[in-house]
Amino acid sequence: MEKLVMIGNGMAGVACLENILKFPNKFDVTVFGDETHPNYNRIMLSSVLAGEREADDITINGLDWYQKNGVGLRLGVRITKIDREKRVVLGDDGSVTKYDKLVLAMGSSPIIPRLEGINKKNVFTFRNMDDTRGLLAAARPGAKAIVIGGGLLGLEAARGLQVQGCDVSVVHLTDTLMNRQLDATGGVHLRKRIEQLGVEVHLGRSAAAIQGNGHPTGLTFEDGETIPAEIIVIAAGIRPNAQLAREAGLACNRGIVVDGYMQTSDPRIYAVGECTEYNGETWGLIAPLLDQGRVLASAITNHETEMWKPSAPAAKLKIMGVDVFSAGEYLESEDTEVVRYEDAAIGVYKKLLVRDNRLAGVVLVGDASDSNRYMDWLRNNTDLLVRRKNLLFPEPVSDRGEVVAEIADSETVCGCLGVTKAQIIQAIHEKGVNTMAQLKETTRASTGCGSCAGTCQGLLKAVAPDFEEETKKILCKCVPYSQDNLREMILTQRIKSVQEVLDIYGDGHGCEVCKPALSYLVDVVWCGDHSEDRSARFINDRVHANIQNDGTFSVIPRIRGGVTSAAELRKIADVADKYSVRMVKITGSQRIDLLGVKKEDLPKIWEDLGMPSGQGYAKGVRMVKTCVGTEFCRFGVQDAISAGIELEKRFENLYTPHKTKMAVTGCPRNCAEATVKDIGLVGQEGSWQVVVGGAAGKSVRKADLLITVTTTDEALEAAALFFQYYRENANYLERSYDFVERLGIEKIRKETVYAQPKVRKGLLQRLQKSKTLSKDAWLERREPVHPTQFVQIQPLDPTPVVMESIQ
Amino acid sequence: MSWIRITNVDNLPLREGRKVVVHDRELAVFNLGNGKYAAVDNACPHRGGPLCDGIVTGHAVVCPLHAWKIDLETGNVAKPEVCVRTLNYEVQVVDGVLTVYLPENLRKDLAA
Repeated sequence: MEKLVMIGNGMAGVACLENILKFPNKFDVTVFGDETHPNYNRIMLSSVLAGEREADDITINGLDWYQKNGVGLRLGVRITKIDREKRVVLGDDGSVTKYDKLVLAMGSSPIIPRLEGINKKNVFTFRNMDDTRGLLAAARPGAKAIVIGGGLLGLEAARGLQVQGCDVSVVHLTDTLMNRQLDATGGVHLRKRIEQLGVEVHLGRSAAAIQGNGHPTGLTFEDGETIPAEIIVIAAGIRPNAQLAREAGLACNRGIVVDGYMQTSDPRIYAVGECTEYNGETWGLIAPLLDQGRVLASAITNHETEMWKPSAPAAKLKIMGVDVFSAGEYLESEDTEVVRYEDAAIGVYKKLLVRDNRLAGVVLVGDASDSNRYMDWLRNNTDLLVRRKNLLFPEPVSDRGEVVAEIADSETVCGCLGVTKAQIIQAIHEKGVNTMAQLKETTRASTGCGSCAGTCQGLLKAVAPDFEEETKKILCKCVPYSQDNLREMILTQRIKSVQEVLDIYGDGHGCEVCKPALSYLVDVVWCGDHSEDRSARFINDRVHANIQNDGTFSVIPRIRGGVTSAAELRKIADVADKYSVRMVKITGSQRIDLLGVKKEDLPKIWEDLGMPSGQGYAKGVRMVKTCVGTEFCRFGVQDAISAGIELEKRFENLYTPHKTKMAVTGCPRNCAEATVKDIGLVGQEGSWQVVVGGAAGKSVRKADLLITVTTTDEALEAAALFFQYYRENANYLERSYDFVERLGIEKIRKETVYAQPKVRKGLLQRLQKSKTLSKDAWLERREPVHPTQFVQIQPLDPTPVVMESIQ
Repeated sequence: MSWIRITNVDNLPLREGRKVVVHDRELAVFNLGNGKYAAVDNACPHRGGPLCDGIVTGHAVVCPLHAWKIDLETGNVAKPEVCVRTLNYEVQVVDGVLTVYLPENLRKDLAA
């Protein structure tokens, strides 16, 4: 059997190898990779940096894949020489390996700019797994990080570092971010969005020197200004790895010169991926390189194939909430016509370049939801003559099923891996594919940049008989998006009401599951400055009382910290008598509950009580349970009552993803059970422990320690940081204990109490805004949101009196 | 004459229901939006929950007690799959007033 050696174990190379192996028993294959990791998805490194994925999650071909396919894998070995006469490659481990056919898939390397003092610890490139691990180890909350290079990779690195808590700046040589994909206008909108994330942007400036002794302390620009820097990432472009080929005497310019069949100047040697050069050009985006692999596989196995034709390069920025998509040409030229849409206020910019009624390029900033359609036009060279009047505004399609039905069978769904709709449908029918995971496994679709996941889901849903939707992620089938996505949509599209979300992104109706969730989301995203739609709320939140099994309601007045008075108790007793309340009960959380109240009596009872709502009916802030603390207790070391009442005052009247129970206890004996509450303050001699994520319900969970602080003010602030963070990031109906388990207390600490000052300030300001716009719900007794909110409707035609007893 | 005038439609907020008692029957009347209204017995066939307090979804309402979904146009239970229904009534709006057709056999004053 012929021996095939591949130098390089990256995405393009191994994808090509997968194609070669589709022709059985042709070669005995050995792959050399100088990294020590099996083949992984390099595009996703930024999501590892951002903590969205673990290193293992982005592996494409695990070690078992090589074994199963009989591929010899040599990791951590760098090939130092190709001897074309002897047809061997020499490794830096001393190995000599014979080949009959050789595939060069060596990728590219970061371009390192000439910078004085660049050889320092904590100066990184951002290219491979080791870089990513190094960055993760160096990144810590508050560290000053500078990314040199405002291209795709640089911006993703900046966002990743920022998520790790760093204080990030981006330095870019030209006046336009992503200037290889965006025009100046697109760059302006992108810059705004990046700055909104809290990343500082320096345009049109070049770095000259890195200051510091061993570790960076600052970055000096050519104009002499120095800004502080502790971590520096270099993302200033890539250069093909062609040196080995050049030394072996193969034709090389910038990259290794190949023909349309990926053959180099030596017929036994082929090349694929970023190391290649074709017609004087090199490529750095994945889709055309995967096409190369398909051509190479056919050519090297002597199968007929068409020549490689570079597809339009497409780039999508993978930063949540910052939609940027660019494909094909991006700058106007004399023979292109421009179609443009721009809404500066919401930062949406769309530009199409059209030549001879065909799409030549597209730039989308702020809303890339239509990128697949434009990509399809580009790929298929679609004649747009009949659509010229509405190129930017397609007919809205309400049903996802119709969208996938409209896709032609030959259309490529996954641009990265080149998977067509027909291939996906075939996999579903012939291989029994039912889940996204299986689809990825069998077709590889959606394993690249992941932007086709929605379409793949849609196809599975429409075609697979036993489709198992990964329902956990999407809120509801009425609005099939995750809550994280919805939050971003609400914010970036400036949507202020539930009905608008449903009209724009959903089925227009919603249901009992998504409507209360969306009500919460629009409230929290706009800090209460939204357009409230009571019809989308559960009945409890329309009448501010808890519905009981007989349709009556319960009333729980707020008794902050559980501290009441004789006068207050008398009022409660009088109300109970006056309205014939069926039961008065002291609940498990030091609350007094008046049960069995008719809806129409609610406003009168609230008026008679003159007390605020205890929010016992709401996914909101319940009363804070306290012990007596230093006020009376001989063991007390902290004033639990004052702290508890203050805590309650700061948060009360706000909605939370689920009910939020809190307690403050004045000593570690923990009489108020603070360690099993959503938020607890545990008093100690001279300090407070702030604990979060405790539970004593369906499950019991001891709360995690968020921080230990000395003063009550600090404890209240730590609690506030967590409280607002939970409000903004938890899914609706996710209790704090599930939330803390899902994210991990380390991450939560980093993003709350240990976050950089402006992040902490932002959380507190948004909490303050929500608080300012909130009010005691029971005040609606005087100003109802609708005249019949509490009042029973009396029919206009009076009911005749029937004398039943006489009959 | 079994059309009974209930109330000015302004008293029914968009996509909400209200309870009203006519001829000793407790009805739930709804404003479904787009000029559509509906009326059913105000008792979920499951455990008698007050349908007027449910969340409206399209032309159905979801009972606030255990989330049974009642189709307001037919009275049928849409979720879960059970073969029970609640009584629904014809409605029309006359001069801005919601009126409900109460069949004569259901009218207490005529029942005798």
